[in-house]
Amino acid sequence: METQQPALRTEALCKSFGSLKVTRDVTFELPRGARYALIGPNGAGKTTLINLITGEMRPDSGRILLDGREVTQAPTMARVRQGLTRTFQINTLFPDLTPIEAVLLAICERDRAAGQFWRSLTSHRVAIDESFEILTRLRLAEVATRPTRTLPYGQQRLLEMALALATKPKVLLLDEPAAGVPKDESAALFSVIAALPGDIAVLFIEHDMDIVFSFASRIIVLVSGGVLLEAEPAVVRGDPRVREVYLGKVGHV
Amino acid sequence: MTVEAPTLADPHDWLRRRSRWSVFEIAFWVASLLPFFLFQTYLPLASQIAITALFAVSVDLVLGYAGVVTLGHAMFFGLGAYSAGLISKAGWGEPLTGLIIAGLFAGLVGYIASFIIVRVQHLALIMITLGFCLLTYELANSMSWLTGGTDGLQGVETWPILGVFRFDLWGYAAYGYALAALFLGLVLSRRIVHSSFGLSLRGIRENVRRMPAIGSDYRGHLQKIYTISAVMAGCAGALLTQTTDTVSLDTLSFQRSADVVVMLVLGGTGRLYGAVVGTIIFMVARDQLSDMNPQYWYFWIGLLLMVVVLLMPRGILGSLAQLARRRD
Ligand SMILES: Nc1ncnc2c1ncn2[C@@H]1O[C@H](COP(=O)(O)OP(=O)(O)OP(=O)(O)O)[C@@H](O)[C@H]1O
Ligand SMILES: [Mg+2]
Repeated sequence: METQQPALRTEALCKSFGSLKVTRDVTFELPRGARYALIGPNGAGKTTLINLITGEMRPDSGRILLDGREVTQAPTMARVRQGLTRTFQINTLFPDLTPIEAVLLAICERDRAAGQFWRSLTSHRVAIDESFEILTRLRLAEVATRPTRTLPYGQQRLLEMALALATKPKVLLLDEPAAGVPKDESAALFSVIAALPGDIAVLFIEHDMDIVFSFASRIIVLVSGGVLLEAEPAVVRGDPRVREVYLGKVGHV
Repeated sequence: MTVEAPTLADPHDWLRRRSRWSVFEIAFWVASLLPFFLFQTYLPLASQIAITALFAVSVDLVLGYAGVVTLGHAMFFGLGAYSAGLISKAGWGEPLTGLIIAGLFAGLVGYIASFIIVRVQHLALIMITLGFCLLTYELANSMSWLTGGTDGLQGVETWPILGVFRFDLWGYAAYGYALAALFLGLVLSRRIVHSSFGLSLRGIRENVRRMPAIGSDYRGHLQKIYTISAVMAGCAGALLTQTTDTVSLDTLSFQRSADVVVMLVLGGTGRLYGAVVGTIIFMVARDQLSDMNPQYWYFWIGLLLMVVVLLMPRGILGSLAQLARRRD
């Protein structure tokens, strides 16, 4: 084997919408097993950065490497199959499917079994068990057979996570997984994240500083599309620039 | 008896129950045999219904399950119809092989068309499907040396089914043949929609944006179902040719493409039998109304369509199913 490659690496990513520069020269590395937070004020370009990394948008310049292999031009689907998965800030679910169906769908896609039209769904027994196990882990077992659209918002957020976990990611990008979720529930959600296998690299966007400081081993601060600072939580906490542009405004800490 | 504490639904059991044959389904297939004994005068209408229902089911697979709105599916119906007619005119009147070849030919065209279909969405998609249909229609119209143009193909000869069942004047053999094909088509479609592939089609319909994010090659799925659907529509067209001994240009018409969508919406999309029920209602209504009032019968279809869309957004069968579920 080669020397240990970072699970994810971006090199000088740039993206503009017209004259608005939303991503400026973003370079960072996410090592295996990382628990990194990506923070920054509203409109800083956090979601756009994730869109670039996962291939939903193409960067104007720069490179993206997954496990040392370049994926800058690869379609989203191919990146997911190489272990790069994200969740969405705004629920992007299947309203009419039940959670068990949605997660089973993700697992069948991962196992390349989704194209088998001659084999009955019920015969995928191992996959069904795995789906139910994931839903149980996210405390969704009781609503596993209810249409997604009828679930309360908080449970839909959990399902958003469940779908991502079903792809068995090596790199997991979470875009405000707990957005709009009551504080006690969001703590439960982050304890699931904390309990993920140690070799999964996680990058999460989160506005709640208590959560950021208790779950992140390292923090990337994004301001106006550029990386202002990347450092340990203690350093970020004490940095005057961060206080000014971000923490000061929000009023936490 | 002790009262059990409510337990979590067993996911295996829940999924199995969704794909099981229901009593209504079995009752439907038993009832489908009635025209043989009770309404012999309606046998020709019954086989028209069975053929059109197969066509409607093929549209349901792409429109109802995968959410691909098409206004051009008559293209495949017509291609199947003409292929079957031409094969027979070329001297091979054996119905089963003719049916299969016609279906495969329509499927081949469907596969080629699917490369464009999966790259467009919304209004553009509808227009592309419509465009394909118009194109094929005019092509068939102008190639009258092959297709007979506006006169259509006459005197198509079809040999007895399996060498035994001669196509009779009453239409016993024709209905038996069409019904068997519809049954087979439904069994196959059932298999498809209750597979993992069927689940991914519903995923595409529900939220195509999420599909790549869970690693899905959804365009591949769409191409596959579009091709399967084209084969099925082509078979329906071939059945029409073989049971009526003629092929006319209107097998390829926009009207046919639109009618089948109306039938599907009437019955309810995404439930297979909705396509069948919608076809029965549409065709029986047409038969009855056009006797009374030949010029204006679309008025009533229009009215029915609006009532259903406004009051029963899931279609007639969908609403009935919902009522039944509320009961228990
Ligand atoms: N598709 C787009 N076209 C044009 N401008 C866009 C597009 N997507 C995002 N933007 C703009 O880019 C900037 C960054 O948006 P982005 O959603 O990445 O911010 P964010 O950091 O995720 O914010 P939030 O914390 O509110 O989620 C914003 O000014 C936004 O209006
Ligand atoms: Mg955002």
